[in-house]
Amino acid sequence: MELLAHLSLGFATAFSLDNLLYCFVGVFLGTAIGVLPGLGPITTIAMLLPATFTLPPVTAMIMLSGIYYGAQYGGSTTAILINLPGEASSLVTAIDGHEMARRGQAGKALAVAALGSFFAGSVATVLLAAFAPPLSELALTFGSAEYFSLMVLGLVASVVMARGSLLRALGMIALGLLLGMVGIDVNSGTQRFTFDVPALTDGLNFVVIAMGLFGLAEIIRNLEHEGSRMLVTTRIDGLLPKREDVRRIVAPVLRGTVLGSVLGVLPGGGAALASFVAYSIEKKVSPHAAQFGHGAIEGVAAPESANNAGAQTSFIPMLTLGIPSNSVMALMIGAMIVQGIQPGPGVISEQPELFWGLVASMWIGNLFLVVLNLPLVGMWARLVSVPYHLLYPAILMFSAIGVFSLGNSEFALFMMAGFGLVGYVFLKLDMEPAPLLLALILGPMMEEHLRRALLLSDNDPMVFVQRPISGAMLALALVALVVVLVPALQKKRDEAFAE
Amino acid sequence: MPTRIRNHKDFWAGLIFLAVGLLAFGLGADYDRGSDGSMGPGYFPAALSVLLALIGVASMLRSLAGPPVRVDGWALRNGCLVLASVVLFAALLRGAGLIVAVLVLTLVSGSAHRRFHAGRYLLLALVMAGFSVLVFVKGLGLPIPAIGPWLGF
Repeated sequence: MELLAHLSLGFATAFSLDNLLYCFVGVFLGTAIGVLPGLGPITTIAMLLPATFTLPPVTAMIMLSGIYYGAQYGGSTTAILINLPGEASSLVTAIDGHEMARRGQAGKALAVAALGSFFAGSVATVLLAAFAPPLSELALTFGSAEYFSLMVLGLVASVVMARGSLLRALGMIALGLLLGMVGIDVNSGTQRFTFDVPALTDGLNFVVIAMGLFGLAEIIRNLEHEGSRMLVTTRIDGLLPKREDVRRIVAPVLRGTVLGSVLGVLPGGGAALASFVAYSIEKKVSPHAAQFGHGAIEGVAAPESANNAGAQTSFIPMLTLGIPSNSVMALMIGAMIVQGIQPGPGVISEQPELFWGLVASMWIGNLFLVVLNLPLVGMWARLVSVPYHLLYPAILMFSAIGVFSLGNSEFALFMMAGFGLVGYVFLKLDMEPAPLLLALILGPMMEEHLRRALLLSDNDPMVFVQRPISGAMLALALVALVVVLVPALQKKRDEAFAE
Repeated sequence: MPTRIRNHKDFWAGLIFLAVGLLAFGLGADYDRGSDGSMGPGYFPAALSVLLALIGVASMLRSLAGPPVRVDGWALRNGCLVLASVVLFAALLRGAGLIVAVLVLTLVSGSAHRRFHAGRYLLLALVMAGFSVLVFVKGLGLPIPAIGPWLGF
């Protein structure tokens, strides 16, 4: 019954006129940027962050979340219609989805993607409502030792999940943690790595760094090779799937939902990984395996369900533990801090309106998205033809104004340009920026918990191993690291990513 | 010697890690590492610097073996133009105002594209400048002048 009371609080919050409006704006923008290749949720959320400072916290979070899961819907539209995934999480959808479109089944593919996403999103929202409160209660019993170990586990998991070289991903974590040390040390007041620049005393602003590493670097790379964009079909009909199609997609949608929900919670996971794994599993278990790559409807249903479920459940560690599972969640943590909310296990009990309002808004947002994406799909398809060479100066302008207005400082813009250069070098050398961003956010918290745990235990490092939960998490991290470093298994992992 | 490097991405990534690790260790050498009683502000950064440098060395060693991997070409001109447009925007914003800053940002970054056309981009820049003045200066009330003091108003 307590759950019902909470949900009614949530829906009451989400159904206020302002919140409905901003939820709609969020999912609308999310769909738009999902359709536009070269503009992802990270850049968009970072760009709009300053504009949300004046909104109440719930409203701001509702809108920013809508951008993230809305992008999962929009990304599939371009994947299906022009074989150009708007988002990484729709990469595999393009394989069979675009093939379907070429056979005149664009409408069916789009409908399956949207309905699968809606089902998965609804289920994952229920999971979020069911599992987040008990998890946060457990987390409230955590001491500094547990927190430190949890962060170690989170960082290790993000390395395991990262694509490409493990060693480089580990290096990016160490680099991110070091960058997190810039600024005044809260315990001693010592200025660390500030070079006597006043703007650096508060530390590096992660929005600025995210904009440079992701936004600017992507633009420079996109200018190198720009894919041609051809609409395969402008006629989209047959949006309602037939009974037989529905029967074929039930199992894949369910499998995708479960898989996406689980992978979304893991650090470094989230929507993109979920869709990859869902596709490769579906390819193995499907009775129509031979049709994969030739327009199999299951090849659209499974990954699209998985990426939306993953997008939704990736909110769980962020809202219950204050630990981001991917770069978008890292930005959401930043948004909460700006709003004066301390991220962590206290959020659900101290800000029930925020948590339950957000959960309820997700369900409403998913409903908006089905309506936005099915009847209006023709409008989004036209958005695809916005040429990139006119789009990127606008992205640059919004980014620049957004970053400047964070603190009315030119210095932030110079930093953004600098990290844009760094990000481009990273891209060229296959150095993943996502683990760096996670580490940058976690760095100061990790150091704080490490010091506090040691202080409380009279400097006995065994405290991390002796406390059962902390010890278990460290053991898990160690096992994960060993497993991926063993060459034979590493080969398997590469194969899994190659698929 | 350079011919023996097989994985160039590993090599350069390793070199970056090693260089940043050594630099951070050097810069952080003065910070108090703390004593037996408690960890000082220098302890965690020093430990991280050493870890980063070690990862760098490991990556550089690994670059000597395995299948050859090369780094593809750099888009130097495009990169410089895009970054320069942001730097110029920052330099012009307060003095010359938002309109001039947006015009310069659009034209400089736009010229990185092979389909750059001065007339069309000027039009785009004017539309964007008008839009941003309406939304950010008039609408959101950001403390940025539309036309800055340098222009003599």
